[in-house]
Amino acid sequence: MNKIWLIIQREYSTRVKNKRFLILTFLMPLLIVGLIAASAYLSISGVEQRNIAVVDPNGFIKNSLKNTSQIKFSFPSNVDTTNYQKQGFTDILILPKFDGDKKTDYILRSKKSMGLMLQESITNKINSAIEDQMLQEAGIHQNVLDSIHKASQFAELKAYEDKGSSSKESNAGLAMSIGYASGLLIYITMFIYGTMVMRGVMEEKTNRIAEVIISSVKPFELMMGKIIGIGAVGLTQFLLWIVLIISLTSAAAGFLPADVQHQVASLQQNNGQMAGGMMQASESAVKIYNFQHTISTANWPLIIGCFIFYFIGGYLFYAALFAAVGSTVNEDPQDAQSLMFPITMPLILSYLITNMVTQNPNTPIAFWASIIPFSSPMVMMARVAYGVPSAVSYWELALSMLTLIAGFIFTTWLSGRIYRTGILLYGKKVTWKILIKWAFKKA
Amino acid sequence: MDALLSLKKLRKYYATQKAVDDISFDIARGSIFGLLGPNGAGKTTLLRMITGIFYPDGGEIILDGKPFDAVNDIQKIGYMPEERGLYKKMKIGEQALYLAQLKGLSKADAMEKIKYWFKKFEMESWWNKKVEDLSKGMSQKLQFVITVLHEPKLIILDEPFSGLDPVNANLIKDEIYALAKKGATIIFSTHRMEQVEEICDHIVLVNLGKKILDGTVADIKQQFKENIFSIETEAGIALSNSTAFDIVRTEAGKTLVKIKEGFRSNDLLQQLIAQNTQVVGFNEVLPSLNDIFIHLVEGTHANTRAFQNVQE
Repeated sequence: MNKIWLIIQREYSTRVKNKRFLILTFLMPLLIVGLIAASAYLSISGVEQRNIAVVDPNGFIKNSLKNTSQIKFSFPSNVDTTNYQKQGFTDILILPKFDGDKKTDYILRSKKSMGLMLQESITNKINSAIEDQMLQEAGIHQNVLDSIHKASQFAELKAYEDKGSSSKESNAGLAMSIGYASGLLIYITMFIYGTMVMRGVMEEKTNRIAEVIISSVKPFELMMGKIIGIGAVGLTQFLLWIVLIISLTSAAAGFLPADVQHQVASLQQNNGQMAGGMMQASESAVKIYNFQHTISTANWPLIIGCFIFYFIGGYLFYAALFAAVGSTVNEDPQDAQSLMFPITMPLILSYLITNMVTQNPNTPIAFWASIIPFSSPMVMMARVAYGVPSAVSYWELALSMLTLIAGFIFTTWLSGRIYRTGILLYGKKVTWKILIKWAFKKA
Repeated sequence: MDALLSLKKLRKYYATQKAVDDISFDIARGSIFGLLGPNGAGKTTLLRMITGIFYPDGGEIILDGKPFDAVNDIQKIGYMPEERGLYKKMKIGEQALYLAQLKGLSKADAMEKIKYWFKKFEMESWWNKKVEDLSKGMSQKLQFVITVLHEPKLIILDEPFSGLDPVNANLIKDEIYALAKKGATIIFSTHRMEQVEEICDHIVLVNLGKKILDGTVADIKQQFKENIFSIETEAGIALSNSTAFDIVRTEAGKTLVKIKEGFRSNDLLQQLIAQNTQVVGFNEVLPSLNDIFIHLVEGTHANTRAFQNVQE
């Protein structure tokens, strides 16, 4: 036991002291923030201007197609599909004459094809214009329509979960993003730390240090020491990231103007209403309050607790398998590729299932994928974000955790048996058939 | 004989090979023991069983009077494998400390011993260097220090001199003698027969997983002598074949002769005296271990050891 501790310490300290670890730890959050900012910037600035000529025989659509920063609508009289480009338009939109309930497609011809989002927004605008027109023809007055539009604009769905007597606000969008983010984070870290274990084992084998150490400790101790040590590195990294994110966001909050900060605090005290007699809250204060309020609806202790459990469980499950693959490699790291495939496949598949589950947390495939330990660390995190016990019942969570524990005990046992043979064996090309033989032969 | 290590009917079979097939021998306490054999003879497997890396399929290992217990006896053994292994990116001082602690030394104890050895081998300036900065010979020295640091009763050295220059080889050789004098038992595994002749008290030769030779170096040489004598005569008088001997070859004033069956060395001298040939030098030529090794191993196809079917 004492020796395992020594190995853990070495694995941990050599990696944490490494410059690469520090760079990754401190640059990663900045990189992510930078990427988000860059993609947001690109999505705003990168959109091309469109100058659309509309051929509308009806006349009433003109009012609904309003110019935006991206699109300029024109209603020239002498444009057709043959000459719109010559006249300086990028697109031509041809609308049919609407007649009762007959449905005819709108036709758009473009110099360059139009993005799906843009197409959809134009279609919606035309459809609602037609709807309005039909309502007016049915006798509803323009003023009535306008007031209905105005009144309906701010309504949004506020969902609550009923738990016995108390009910709690729930937010599917938040659950989806938490589920997606934690699933993605687990997926990435399984890969990063799993391959780190594999490379560590390969290094020991190809440097022949394994033989020296195995004359001092059991192969299993060496393997477990490495897995636990690198796992601790991973947890340290998460911890530093969390500290970094919290301090970055609170530092950013400190840069807000004093009156906005004050207003946010006041909103928090009064559950979203400004205290009587005070001036109206500014728009930015309301936005910040709404954001904070949305974040606070999630059950964070549960989510963080589950995340740590599934990170550790999933890591132990996969790291052992990666260690076994590392122990089979001879001189050529390429050997690992073909043996890694059966390990990376379930990882990638689990990630794809996670994407599905973030939208539909209660399908049969979501249930099974969150029980099977190959995929449960990612898929269960996506489901847990929707709430326990409302989306995932307690017994499901318990079952998933138990199978994951049983799973990593099994993979550790299996890999230990492969590892102890592989780590000392040189010059033999290893196939999966041989690995299975090693795993089940007698000691 | 006070044996530190006894192997009794040791067996280890792999799927396609009897790597170690029924080998027994004893190693005396404080002796320097040579384990010889061609490549693939089963030496490494044998050593791995003695160091607790492999479990034998059959037989028994007795260390220091008790059955070998891989977990607790590890501290009594220092093993330097043929393929040297160290962490390339780790600092040398930290690495020595780590490996010594894995052998069960306390940190303070390990530190003290490392300082002693580093001073002795003039390695103090290496402490904060990395292994990748060392030459092959230097890392060899480091590996040797790491092997003997925890004062093991049994030191196993697999090809300890490969890659060392004569000065450093002598340094290590002297250290091996000194350790044996202090009571450590040393197993020395090599192909270099002149080193074995020089250093070892007792040798065992294994081939194809079996022991084919066991004894002291002197006894073995006697056992394999071919009755060849070297005669030096005054003024280089040429000898001719006689009833008592055949000439093997002549070199630099010395003639090598083989005494025929039924004759003894004095018969040869008598004949020479009778011929009035002035003899200035006369001594028996014993075979070198190298000759014995080649003689025993050649023709067994050991160099192309075939895969066998192993049935248990």
